[in-house]
Amino acid sequence: MTQVSMTVNGQAVSGDVEGRTLLSSFLREHLSLTGTHVGCDTAQCGACVVHVNGEAVKSCNMLALEADGADVGTIEGQAAEDGTLNVIQQAFQDHHGLQCGFCTPGMVMSAAALLKENPRPTEGEVRKYLEGNLCRCTGYHNIVKAIMAASGQDVSNIAAE
Amino acid sequence: MPKDSGIGASSKRREDVRFLTGAGNYTDDINVHGQAYVHFLRSDIAHGRIKSIDTSAAETMPGVVKVFTGKDFEGVGGMPCGWEVTDRHGAPMQEPPHPILAQGKVRHVGDPIAAVVADSLEQARDAAEAIELDIEELPAVLDMKAAAQEGATLVHDDLKNNICYDWHLGEADNDKVNEVFANAAHVTTLDLVNNRLVANPMEPRVAVAEYSRGTDEYTLYTTSQNPHVIRLLMCAFVLGLPEHKVRVVAPDVGGGFGTKIFHYAEEAFCTFAAKACNRAVKWTSSRSEAFISDAHGRDHVSRIELALDADNNFIGLRTDTYANMGAYLSTFSSSVPTWLHGTLMAGNYKTPVIQVNVKAMFTNTVPVDAYRGAGRPEATYQLERVVDKAARELGVDPIALRRQNFITQFPYDTPVALTYDTGNYDGTMDKLEAAADLAGFAARRAQSEANGKLRGLGINCYIEACGIAPSNIVGMLGARAGLYDAATVRVNATGSISVMVGAHSHGQGHETAFPQVVADMIGIDESMVEIVHGDTSKIPFGMGTYGSRSLAVCGSAMVKATEKVIDKAKKIAAHLLEASEADIELKDGQFSVAGTDKSVAWGDVTLTAYVPHNFPLEVEPGLEETAFYDPANFTFPSGAYACEVEVDPETGQVSIEAFTAADDFGNIINPMIVDGQVHGGIGQGIGQALLENCAYDENGQLLSASYMDYAMPRADDVPFYSVDHSSQTPCTHNPLGVKGCGEAGAIGSPPAVINAVLDALNSGGKSIDHIDMPVSPSRVWAAMNG
Repeated sequence: MTQVSMTVNGQAVSGDVEGRTLLSSFLREHLSLTGTHVGCDTAQCGACVVHVNGEAVKSCNMLALEADGADVGTIEGQAAEDGTLNVIQQAFQDHHGLQCGFCTPGMVMSAAALLKENPRPTEGEVRKYLEGNLCRCTGYHNIVKAIMAASGQDVSNIAAE
Repeated sequence: MPKDSGIGASSKRREDVRFLTGAGNYTDDINVHGQAYVHFLRSDIAHGRIKSIDTSAAETMPGVVKVFTGKDFEGVGGMPCGWEVTDRHGAPMQEPPHPILAQGKVRHVGDPIAAVVADSLEQARDAAEAIELDIEELPAVLDMKAAAQEGATLVHDDLKNNICYDWHLGEADNDKVNEVFANAAHVTTLDLVNNRLVANPMEPRVAVAEYSRGTDEYTLYTTSQNPHVIRLLMCAFVLGLPEHKVRVVAPDVGGGFGTKIFHYAEEAFCTFAAKACNRAVKWTSSRSEAFISDAHGRDHVSRIELALDADNNFIGLRTDTYANMGAYLSTFSSSVPTWLHGTLMAGNYKTPVIQVNVKAMFTNTVPVDAYRGAGRPEATYQLERVVDKAARELGVDPIALRRQNFITQFPYDTPVALTYDTGNYDGTMDKLEAAADLAGFAARRAQSEANGKLRGLGINCYIEACGIAPSNIVGMLGARAGLYDAATVRVNATGSISVMVGAHSHGQGHETAFPQVVADMIGIDESMVEIVHGDTSKIPFGMGTYGSRSLAVCGSAMVKATEKVIDKAKKIAAHLLEASEADIELKDGQFSVAGTDKSVAWGDVTLTAYVPHNFPLEVEPGLEETAFYDPANFTFPSGAYACEVEVDPETGQVSIEAFTAADDFGNIINPMIVDGQVHGGIGQGIGQALLENCAYDENGQLLSASYMDYAMPRADDVPFYSVDHSSQTPCTHNPLGVKGCGEAGAIGSPPAVINAVLDALNSGGKSIDHIDMPVSPSRVWAAMNG
């Protein structure tokens, strides 16, 4: 066991982990931050995306020890303290960008990373960026629409409101 | 103007808040103090005889609580099948045992052989590696037609062959069918494969079971679409437990698509082991494990023949299908190629003579069961592909050929056992033609050709049968369950309402849409109504969610229960208003006396129900009603879809350029949610047509056992979809006039995509009348250059 320390959603945390403990396991099992989901074991589905030092990272693909000293952001830290949804979360609700909700934390965290580097992405850029995030419910239509709406673009002309 | 609340409003989903903030409560988020973890040792060969299992070394490994094998389960039942199909000769299907852990033989890669329960998952995995197996490998039975031959290796030694059943529906007289075909002006024949798929809800399956010696009670948390069904099957048929001592909870469930309907061995194992170990036991499937243990879908091999007269009227249809059951009968597997498939072969057309033949086959593969649409996509794919091929052969417009043969009079009795209550197939096709701008296709094709691409337009019509029922009919057809549903409407003293429903929401938005109905009926704000689901200790016995049934069946129960509540509340209001009950009207949450200005508010009546000081003597206090609803018939959503593709002739790459759906779902409660259901179904259908394939090698090894190898549709594989559901013929036999929308997209889209691809390929001067799904670039390139 090795002690690992990091900042998660602005709070300093630490714990004893094995060398093989994944960051996703550390968040879910040690910190009870179960909003980060694990949907596969080959780093394909993206349900586990979190931010590590501002970058979108698949937390199932990173050891907890690799995040020692890092600033980690998870879905639990996205809304305001009073519970108000952030602009991306609100756009997902407004545009029905989620159904079962399992992929949603990863989608929201990926979308935040996308909009940080590309504040007004085209439809094609959104779809390309989401290559590492699988959703089985929505057919992606309303996810893409929600992300474009969150970027301030008018999505009212996109088919099927 | 769109409504802003109640029936017909696109109310935003209240469940989204918890899902968007990481506050969902999925089964893997549940941990019970002191829980142990189970790891299943699964077969890595497709077929073999177990000679010995030595667990002695594993039992001494660190952290190991107990090691289980098939021997530990000799005293309990196996996994049951919920539908007994009767074959063409009147005999029951062959129904082999399906043990929780393998006994005697392993029959597919992934078949569980032993289970290690340990303090940690890592310890359980390490110990499983120390189990010594001696298994004599046997030839794997994989090809369905070969499996049906005399002398084929048997998947189950005690069965007479590998044929679960040989079944037919429709015209039984072969001579009559032959005569129709002999007299036809044209016959179109098509051999096709409906590719095996894996449902792949994003949340893998999980089971957590706990047991209390103090009370002799069990709780099972599980990723299920129907917790009461799981409790009944597990208690009555597998473990022999009293239902009242078992609570099954399906909390937030991350998608189902059919594969979380079934009762799985892992659920029964954890429940059994929790008592045996006197410790809570948790199992979380990895995705790799899901590929070899979740029931798969589809996997039909069919020949379909369509007979037309000289005027292009459909006069006969014959179809022969081999349907893969896999190694064991999963819960509803036997019903899928029969009553959910054969009955749909009339489609939207008035074909007078139809014969459906189905052989269900055992093979050394993962069990196959319902996947979104369940039999109906397989029927639609056959029918709509052969209709399109006939149009091409005859040189007629595929839309005109369909319209000419549409059923136009309702109710309509098909030759394959169904009675369609309503529909307007021409009206829906009109909507499609407008919404998809089919008139502009020629110009779009010219543009694509100018860019060096082939462009194709594919049309598809579908009919589906949803809200499976009624119970007395399905009972005669072999169902071992009723197919009603139930709801309890509990009005609180202050007027808010909890509705306990048998349906289960795992993405469908029941927590939002169901309150829209109840609030609308009473005239109160939606936020005053809460839906409770997913916990057998809280909800009445209902059958759960699948087959696009939630609103049509459970929603109807909810309406009936709400009507009972309103009837009783009117009695109380009449007493308070000193008026006759017959004169009481309820509107906007106010009870009033007709023709007067006397009224009393909903909240005053509900408070009186629980504080009955001034109360009618003949009425019981309280305000809570339950209704069970057993439908009189299926519902029959229908639709017309158009897909436009571009094919790159250099690479064989297909891209979906446009996809338009025109559906008739009857009345609609929440249009936003309905659109979302259609989008998701289309996404899965495009996945089946273009990308997804569950492939075994010749030894029965699963080649597509991870997301590296099984091509799930991703955001840049699909376009924005255009969805129109303004064609509405309400269901005639349920109180809301609703039909169901959950599976339509997955049923209607694969043939539209393939018809479009073939249209594109044939526009290039080639004559190509068939290509199998998924239409990978290599298949397209081979078809073009073959």
